[in-house]
Amino acid sequence: MSQSAGGPQPRRITYREACKQGIRSAILADPRVFLMGEDVARYGGCYAVTKGLSEELGEDRIRDTPLSEAGYVGAGIGAAIAGMRPIVEIMTVNFSLLAADQIVNNAASISHMSGGQFAVPVVIRMATGAGRQLAAQHSHSLEGWYAHIPGLKVLAPATHEDARFMLQPALDDPNPVLIFEHVMLYNREDVLDQAVTGVDITSAKVMRPGSDVTLITYGGSLFKTLEAAETLHAEGIEAEVIDLRVLRPLDTPALLTSVARTHRAVIVDEGWRSGSLSAEIAARLAEAAFFDLDAPIRRICSAEVPIPYAAQMEQAALPQPAAIVAAARGLVPSR
Amino acid sequence: MNDKVHLDRAHLRHLLTAMLRIRRFEEKCFELYQGEKIRGFMHLYDGEEAVSVGVVETLRPEDAIVATYRDHGQALARGIGMNKLMAEMYGKLEGCCRGRGGSMHVFDAATRFYGGNAIVGGGLPLAVGTALGDKMLKRNSVTACFFGDGAVDEGSFHESMNLASLWKLPVLFVCENNLYSMGMAVERAEADTDIGHKGVAYHMPGEVVDGMDVVAVEAASHRLVAQVRESRVPCLLECRTYRFRAHSMFDAQLYRQRAELETWRQRDPILRLQAWLGETGMLHAEEIERIEAEVAAEIDAAIAFAEAGTLEDVKDLERFTIMDRVPQ
Repeated sequence: MSQSAGGPQPRRITYREACKQGIRSAILADPRVFLMGEDVARYGGCYAVTKGLSEELGEDRIRDTPLSEAGYVGAGIGAAIAGMRPIVEIMTVNFSLLAADQIVNNAASISHMSGGQFAVPVVIRMATGAGRQLAAQHSHSLEGWYAHIPGLKVLAPATHEDARFMLQPALDDPNPVLIFEHVMLYNREDVLDQAVTGVDITSAKVMRPGSDVTLITYGGSLFKTLEAAETLHAEGIEAEVIDLRVLRPLDTPALLTSVARTHRAVIVDEGWRSGSLSAEIAARLAEAAFFDLDAPIRRICSAEVPIPYAAQMEQAALPQPAAIVAAARGLVPSR
Repeated sequence: MNDKVHLDRAHLRHLLTAMLRIRRFEEKCFELYQGEKIRGFMHLYDGEEAVSVGVVETLRPEDAIVATYRDHGQALARGIGMNKLMAEMYGKLEGCCRGRGGSMHVFDAATRFYGGNAIVGGGLPLAVGTALGDKMLKRNSVTACFFGDGAVDEGSFHESMNLASLWKLPVLFVCENNLYSMGMAVERAEADTDIGHKGVAYHMPGEVVDGMDVVAVEAASHRLVAQVRESRVPCLLECRTYRFRAHSMFDAQLYRQRAELETWRQRDPILRLQAWLGETGMLHAEEIERIEAEVAAEIDAAIAFAEAGTLEDVKDLERFTIMDRVPQ
């Protein structure tokens, strides 16, 4: 991010700190908001997002739970129906499967099933993704599964701005909102633009304009994709990079607008290819942008294996900039 | 709050009426199911009426209820109108959930009735949450959470019991132990079949009561609700009961003996109360006939209401999937 010459140096903060600022200000702004999850208070959060918050805000508002994902996620849903605005933290998306019944059968269904008598304004945050050698039960990217479910909204903040500001509109939303934070982003440092005080939770965002190919991605893959775009630029290929930001409902018009100009698309998704979010996006482009496309849609996804521990194996399983570059290059005719 | 249940004539008449409303309503539902007016899964409460009537009697309007897919008893006892309930069974727009939930998913905001949950054990965490919300919002409400013996097999039962006790949440857990989770006998599913005893593991006070005796259920629930409300701790009430009919409309009942059913039928909560009222001279046969006539008229009116109901326009299919506001 550029800085004005001679001015005060804007403070660089981590993505983790941006998340924490969002949580802190949401709790301070509304007595109905509280956060609960495993080791969020005295331990400070498994990824240290809530470190120090319980001392400041109290253990009623930053609430440690037992290791009972179904129990406390369901309790968050019930508390939301009763009038609170809970933020429920789950250590990782893999653990959310223990609470999937509550998320799918209760949170996502109760509004429709009750004929609109109840809303479920709960926010559920969780870590997702690989890259820390945490192996097959802590590294998966299952956000695409939740993006399949009507009744949920699904967010994937990749930037500091979104990490800082997506939480408030998520809490203001009358529907259950799931927020996926990629584990490789927590230590990333950046500055927050002081002029920005809020973001929407409806639109995708063009992160880098380009005219030759559209690279569609989200979450932890965004920065790999931007790196790939830089490499492509050096080769004379101008890639447009779109950060989906919102995985459900998808901002399909933004994708169509871009592809109408570039005529080519590569989708980068850390989820597995089969039955994935990337498959959904590819289908939407095929349905609505077929005549705009000059080349087949390409996808860069994780290898279809449980993510392994060993570093070289893990990295081989994940989408990498070189593969994104190769896919884009293959779509653009040489000049 | 009164510390005793007043067993005067008017109250006993009320209890009998409440149970008869459920029994006769469901008998009619059975017929309507055969006539294909009601479809889907339907689970009848026949034999268990004393449980919901006895417990709901001890709740206040500001209290909340979480029930299971066998929810007609709780719904009627709670005061959800029979018209709205029957219209829901018919899948009509005038039903309590616009016909979207059907028999298994009764919801009613006005009476804080949070379903009608058809995932066994799925309602317990929700009840912990409504109690947590009420506590944090400084309401003096109690959540009554009904579940069957099958839910005790589920992890969510244990997670919810622990959370509620750990956080001192105002939940009355009501186990309707009817001895079978669908076809699975409780002694074939539980290492320790003493469900009431399981509260001890969570430092939770509780009682075990004859679920075929409405007065006993009411008295026990009365004591426990008072304890939940005043001490702000959860309690566990195990009601030992029996369903006289099949699990659902698709159950050949191969898993239980006719003799067992007949033995339990001798303890029918409605017949028992009627007999007692007769013996003690509290309620004469003519009075019971009058109650039956009132109930029959209410059911006839509910059927007429449901028959005259309309179907939700399919253009509204996606409405309420995503809400534009939190209903007040």
